[in-house]
Amino acid sequence: MSETATRIDIFKTYKLYVGGKFPRSESGRVYEVTDTKGQWLANAPLGTRKDARDAVVAARAAVKGWSGTTAYNRGQVLYRVAEMLQGRREQFAAEVAAAEGVGAKRAAALVDAAVDRWVWYAGWTDKVAQVAGGANPVAGPFFNLSVPEPTGVVGVLAPRAGQGFSLLGLVSVVAPAIATGNTVVVAAAERAPLPALSLGEVLATSDLPGGVVNLLSGRTADIAPTLASHQDVNALDLAGAIDPEGPGAAAALEAAAADTLKRVVRPAADPSAEDWTAAPGTGRLLSFLETKTVWHPMGI
Amino acid sequence: MAKTKKTETETGTGQPVRAGSLFAYAPAPESPAAAGEIATGYGHFIGGEFVDSSGSQALKTVNPATEQVLAEFAQGTEEDVDRAVRAARKAFADWSALPGSERAKYLFRIARIVQERSRELAVLESLDNGKPIRETRDVDLPLVAAHFFYYAGWADKLDFAGWGPNPRPLGVAAQVIPWNFPLLMLAWKIAPALATGNTVVLKPAETTPLTALRFAEICRQAGLPEGVVNIVTGDGRTGAALTAHPDVNKVAFTGSTPVGRAIAKQLAGTRTKLGLELGGKAANIVFDDAPLDQAVEGIVNGIFFNQGHVCCAGSRLLVQESVQDELLDALKRRMGTLRVGDPLDKNTDVGAINSAAQLARITELAAAGEQEGAERWAPECELPGAGYWFRPTLFTGVSQAHRIAREEIFGPVLSVLTFRTPAEAVEKANNTPYGLSAGIWTEKGSRILWMANRLRAGVVWANTFNKFDPTSPFGGYKESGYGREGGRHGLEAYLDV
Amino acid sequence: MSTLAANAPGAAGGGLSDVAASEATLRRFLHGLPGVDQVGLESRAATLGTRSIKTTAKAFAIDLAISMIDLTTLEGADTAGKVRSLCAKGLHPDPTDRSVPQVAAICVYPDMVATAKEALRGSGVQVASVATAFPSGRAGLPVKLADTAEAVAAGADEIDMVIDRGAFLSGRYLEVFETIKAVKAACERPDGTSAHLKVIFETGELQTYDNVRRASWLAMIAGADFIKTSTGKVAVNATQPVTLLMLEAVRDFRAATGVQVGVKPAGGIRTTKDAMKYLVMVNETLGDDWLSPHWFRFGASSLLNDLLMQRQKLSTGRYSGPDYVTVD
Repeated sequence: MSETATRIDIFKTYKLYVGGKFPRSESGRVYEVTDTKGQWLANAPLGTRKDARDAVVAARAAVKGWSGTTAYNRGQVLYRVAEMLQGRREQFAAEVAAAEGVGAKRAAALVDAAVDRWVWYAGWTDKVAQVAGGANPVAGPFFNLSVPEPTGVVGVLAPRAGQGFSLLGLVSVVAPAIATGNTVVVAAAERAPLPALSLGEVLATSDLPGGVVNLLSGRTADIAPTLASHQDVNALDLAGAIDPEGPGAAAALEAAAADTLKRVVRPAADPSAEDWTAAPGTGRLLSFLETKTVWHPMGI
Repeated sequence: MAKTKKTETETGTGQPVRAGSLFAYAPAPESPAAAGEIATGYGHFIGGEFVDSSGSQALKTVNPATEQVLAEFAQGTEEDVDRAVRAARKAFADWSALPGSERAKYLFRIARIVQERSRELAVLESLDNGKPIRETRDVDLPLVAAHFFYYAGWADKLDFAGWGPNPRPLGVAAQVIPWNFPLLMLAWKIAPALATGNTVVLKPAETTPLTALRFAEICRQAGLPEGVVNIVTGDGRTGAALTAHPDVNKVAFTGSTPVGRAIAKQLAGTRTKLGLELGGKAANIVFDDAPLDQAVEGIVNGIFFNQGHVCCAGSRLLVQESVQDELLDALKRRMGTLRVGDPLDKNTDVGAINSAAQLARITELAAAGEQEGAERWAPECELPGAGYWFRPTLFTGVSQAHRIAREEIFGPVLSVLTFRTPAEAVEKANNTPYGLSAGIWTEKGSRILWMANRLRAGVVWANTFNKFDPTSPFGGYKESGYGREGGRHGLEAYLDV
Repeated sequence: MSTLAANAPGAAGGGLSDVAASEATLRRFLHGLPGVDQVGLESRAATLGTRSIKTTAKAFAIDLAISMIDLTTLEGADTAGKVRSLCAKGLHPDPTDRSVPQVAAICVYPDMVATAKEALRGSGVQVASVATAFPSGRAGLPVKLADTAEAVAAGADEIDMVIDRGAFLSGRYLEVFETIKAVKAACERPDGTSAHLKVIFETGELQTYDNVRRASWLAMIAGADFIKTSTGKVAVNATQPVTLLMLEAVRDFRAATGVQVGVKPAGGIRTTKDAMKYLVMVNETLGDDWLSPHWFRFGASSLLNDLLMQRQKLSTGRYSGPDYVTVD
């Protein structure tokens, strides 16, 4: 036994996060993930159309329970995610630094911002209905109330560019969707999926019911069109649809989504210029809500 | 006197009441002349003027109750559309820069003029559309004025609408509206667009262009700046040219789901904001503890209002099995009192089907209902010889798999299905790609809320149906479209937020 | 209600007397009737109120309305002279036009029955008498029965009784039921015939439409020949929605039992336009079977002159004025 021998690190096997479990891709295949300088970081599962299909099934199954959970409880769960993420700050800082090619200090700040974003949306869960809904003073003897409800299953193309895209950007598109009771199937940033796959580990230990968030790594051009055309997906967030053409381009995905009239959030005009550290506002929070208006007569 | 005498012995168990024949209402027609002068031919309204089309094709609009041609109007060409969009673009800078309080005054003026001219507009609408004067007079026109009043008030209060200070308009809005509520849909589209500082190009439906063209006159009376409202007439080709125009910033469409889907595809990859209000196949759910007489009225109002040409019509009656017989007896009795005929008669309940094409579609789907084994029933009623008519019709024994339970008929045809438990009612109600509206009838408050929470529909009417108000957001879930019209929510469709 | 059809038809109260076997069964039955949604009911009544009744239909309806009037005087100041004058008016509402039908009945207090009976003898116009401590109903049963018996003995063809609204509102349904039954018995004449019994609910005091529907069924089961809205002595009298609800009740009662019951809105119906709206409701809710004075009445006084003026307008084309109809 040599006293000078260095310890061999344990590599992490990255897996998908679907239905609260960590499956390998049904394809059994992986692809290489590198840092911004091309250095190999890890192998990520090559999620396929069938993985996307399974994830939609898991997401749909989770809708009833998650949307039926009290807003207060959803807030607690989202806050728990923030707690868990904070506890693994260093790990995520390293992954973000490698994914985005930023320095350690900047990466840590982006992780902190991601933690804070969970906290921001945790607080929104039981307030959004008051902001987005309300009583309508109709001209008649009726009680009339508009309430926002989750749209259902949201397909999310995680950001693939912009400041802080790999974790903060991801959180900025996932958290608002689930805060209001939707469930999501996320196509992680194809070239930088590791923070997303690690986030699955955080979510799995945060009292978040299985299936509420499903994370897939793989080719966006495979996964995104599957989500866009899937008849049991209600909405699409195309934040990461930056391909100028081909099946993963925003126009193609939006056109496919039109077949079932999915609600679509288009990518920014210039996704690479997007600053995910900017205050998010309520845009995404309100995008995956349906307004239901209920009338009832008032009489004796 | 003698003929009103009856002896007390003429009664019997379970004897149904009969529709009256003693007390027959004499015709009470509204005067067609009240519609004002209808020109023999119309061009478009662009840049504040009535202009001729660049093309030579003219379409005809007929009175569906008589099949007589009311007027010819222009088939808008791409060039016409472009001209209108350019006029709207030109007007946008000044209109959007106008203080909200000033924009508001124009909208208030329009609301007032609509009220002043409401009889004229009601009669014109009934002539062109075929809907009963009772509805245009008591429903359409009051709501049109109310919509302009409501959104007028928003024009200088947008800072407080929930999207932060100084929310910006989008620009030029392309608006394509259907034939079932021609002027009301125009109001739903134009009022919020103008209040928020947009300018519009609106295309009315090709079977009902007249009230939109008359509205253009109202814009002139109100002194609305040129180009703020432009009306281009024509069929679906004109609509497609308008929604595809590269210089529009917003497309608002109300109509069928297939056309809405095509527009959504057309706009994929652009930055044009889209709002869609599409079809529906609403469930009207009646529990055995419902206020039955009012439920019957609600069912009738739900499906026979406006000849069933209503996207949110309660076209699927889901009735709890334990009350099915009683409810259907009452419903049939009530349907027997519906007065079908001359839309201009003040006592008409059900008017003419809007067009030959729509009549053919209703006829075809009703035939499919029979072929698939559902039982068809309609009250005896005499239909006029000319014009497009369809008896108020009921299908019983309908299952979820029947076409008449799935497809939007857009006519006075009610499909009756049954359920046993609240959960089954929800499951059947939601088992459709549509999600526009739903009805619930029960005296139990907690069950109403339980049901309302689970129904996937944008409007839920509990112990009422087909109620509309400018303050109340309207719009669908799923394939019934997206975006809301009405209320504070309706502003979002025309703001860059 | 479909279960009711199993009961024997034709019997008094439609064979439903067993539901009044006890306070508990009666309460269960009445509270098991379908609820009434106020907004929906009022909206339906308002829509029917928009019917446009013109020309021949209007002429028919005016005469029908006149023939359905219970021409009423119920004042402390009533005298024999006043009652005789009213009877003369009821017999020949328009002295200048003998084609005008006579009214259905003259409605008076019990002590005026004999006077009215004498004035109307042989005419076919009925004498209706209010009874049972009208209008409040606040008296013991013996007094109510004596009140009724006196009116019947004096020749009343019809008795307009009031229910004890206090008993009804405090849930003592059986007491109300038994009182109606007892008054019905007091309507019997020595020859075995019976004065027709109208039961007044004073719907303005019952407050809710659910109560009106319950009161309607209660009275019909107890043997009422007519159900009547109001005394005309309180703030809220007949309204179109409350009358529509009662029309629905008699419709359903006949469907369930085979027994036909009449309806009488009373109080506040003053214009031809109002009367047209009521007749439209009867027509579209009940049809021909109730379009006769046997089954529908207006409790009114000033309505008659307005109907006469409108009738004159229809026949002459000129608008009439109050000096061209008689004051009685």
